[in-house]
Amino acid sequence: MITTRNLTKRFGNVEAVREVSLDVREGDRYGLLGPNGSGKSTLVRMLLGLVYATSGEISVLGHRVPNQASRVLPEIGALIEDPAAYPHLSGRGNLRLLDAAGPRGERRTRRRRVDDALEQVGLAGIDRRPVRAYSLGMRQRLGLAAALVRRPRLLILDEPTNGLDPRGIKDIRDLLVGLNDEGVTVFLSSHLLPEVSALCTRIGVLDSGRLVLQDQLESLEQPTGHVLISTDDPERAVATLDGLVEHRDGPDLVVRAPDPAELNARLVRAGVRVRSLVVRRRSLEEIVLDVTGTGSDQFGVPASEPGGTVKAPPPPSADGAPPDPADADLPAATDAVPPAIPKPEIS
Amino acid sequence: MIAVELFKLVWRVRTWFSIGLMCALPLVVAIFIAVTHLSPPPGQGSAFLSAVLDNGQLYPAAALALVLPVFLPVAVAVVAGDSIAGEASAGTLRYLLARPVGRTRLLVAKLISVTTFTLVAVIAITVTSYATGVLILGPSRASAVGTGGLSGSIAPGGNGLPTAGLQAGAAITSLSGAPLTTLELVERVLGAMAFITVSMLGVAAIAIFLSTFTDSALGAALGALAALVASEVLVTLNAASAVQPFLPTRYWLAWIDFFRQPIFWRDIQRGFAIQAVYVVVFLAAAWANFATRDITT
Repeated sequence: MITTRNLTKRFGNVEAVREVSLDVREGDRYGLLGPNGSGKSTLVRMLLGLVYATSGEISVLGHRVPNQASRVLPEIGALIEDPAAYPHLSGRGNLRLLDAAGPRGERRTRRRRVDDALEQVGLAGIDRRPVRAYSLGMRQRLGLAAALVRRPRLLILDEPTNGLDPRGIKDIRDLLVGLNDEGVTVFLSSHLLPEVSALCTRIGVLDSGRLVLQDQLESLEQPTGHVLISTDDPERAVATLDGLVEHRDGPDLVVRAPDPAELNARLVRAGVRVRSLVVRRRSLEEIVLDVTGTGSDQFGVPASEPGGTVKAPPPPSADGAPPDPADADLPAATDAVPPAIPKPEIS
Repeated sequence: MIAVELFKLVWRVRTWFSIGLMCALPLVVAIFIAVTHLSPPPGQGSAFLSAVLDNGQLYPAAALALVLPVFLPVAVAVVAGDSIAGEASAGTLRYLLARPVGRTRLLVAKLISVTTFTLVAVIAITVTSYATGVLILGPSRASAVGTGGLSGSIAPGGNGLPTAGLQAGAAITSLSGAPLTTLELVERVLGAMAFITVSMLGVAAIAIFLSTFTDSALGAALGALAALVASEVLVTLNAASAVQPFLPTRYWLAWIDFFRQPIFWRDIQRGFAIQAVYVVVFLAAAWANFATRDITT
């Protein structure tokens, strides 16, 4: 669906995107993650022919971009950073206008398609109020409707749930999953990890313009080989599991156990009462933090140097994540299994 | 895309507000003249104004002369300066281009939209000022005819000064003194309207060109106006006579030649030609910039 080869974009001295080789397959729900300023938006704009690459190749739906962009773009629905609309026109007026502006916006079906798109995003009941009076969430929904009006095969969405409340976020997620089931490939960029982890089947991580990770989410979220146990009798548990307990915090134990069922059986045999037993998986947050350095909006630490970014090598247990070859010569930093601190965003 | 641009033009309050303002200025002037019966003496003030007390039907020409130096160019520069920069700063440009709308197409559609705006403005001014002239200043009054009544405007490089007064009755005379039939008058007013519209295209092209460089619609409009002011200064500067034939405002007043008998075509033709050159050059430059630019807004 989307492939890029060694895509690079330089703005003056700044390399916004460096040698990115993206691979989005038909039917994917692809999430492009990365800290602010990591080049997500520039990459999205290059896919749409708005920004011209300095070097490298882009192919979308089998056509070269930007040369054959006029053939590809009618098949794509896009949300490019913030939604934008003519503030003095109504939501419907905006969609009709935009639909009339490009090819493949047949006038015959326009009214229907506009109404359908508004209904899909939950704006079926909007009146003739001008967009000026819309709330942020309504504008976001309208922007999504604009992307859907032409019933595209591919959706390219930059931060699609921006400005939506939890209900809105769930609505949009359900909508995107539904469209995906009907065969629409979804490519979205976001820095909201919970969003991506709830929606996407495949992720790519950008850091300082480089694609440092690209894989199926399922294989990335492998069990870490650690099990969290909570028990009323931690002493007995420690004694029973001698040597396997790596960390103890009151009644909670972190146990190294490749086979959780075997661990459970062992505890039961020993008569240890277990309140909960949870297999630890690598969270998306850990995966992303492992491969990214500092965000470019952060200063004080060398965010990026000519040699590459300072970042942690993938932990040894992360078999699912193919280590980026660029990481090999980088200094090791941080411990292998970082404590999971719930944090909604990377920044 | 052209239809879309025209739709946007029609549905903007600004369009009608600015046209309304341009129509209002001649109305205000007419009211003052009608109340005081003081029109500028021949040779002073705006073209044709000295004659309108004698014949209200001439007021459209006077009205066009009133709005031509400032109001019309300002309005055109604002609309044209907004064309790309306004879309860029509102964020709608990226959505139009991703639709996709070809960048060349968009530029051409914008120029057509600006041209339409100018034409509608000129028509509106002509129609409202004709009504103003007839209703407020009254149709021609033979009694008020004096010698030199129409000599208020002399185009630069004009051939021969109008000297004679009006012929008898309701007939309207040309600047050269010969009478014009109503049909001739209509033809000449239409010619003047066309010429004035075309005269604005040079400004429009400059403003569109600047508009492709910036996200500030105001900056583009003011830049185009600065170019015009510079041109107006040089037009009156003897030392700059070498470049004067190529200045965008050099032949702006040549539309007055439509009211000579016979029509004095030389400056009119040159005026059309110079505007065509400005449109081609600046639109090509705008295209060269816009077609290769990264859209990052």
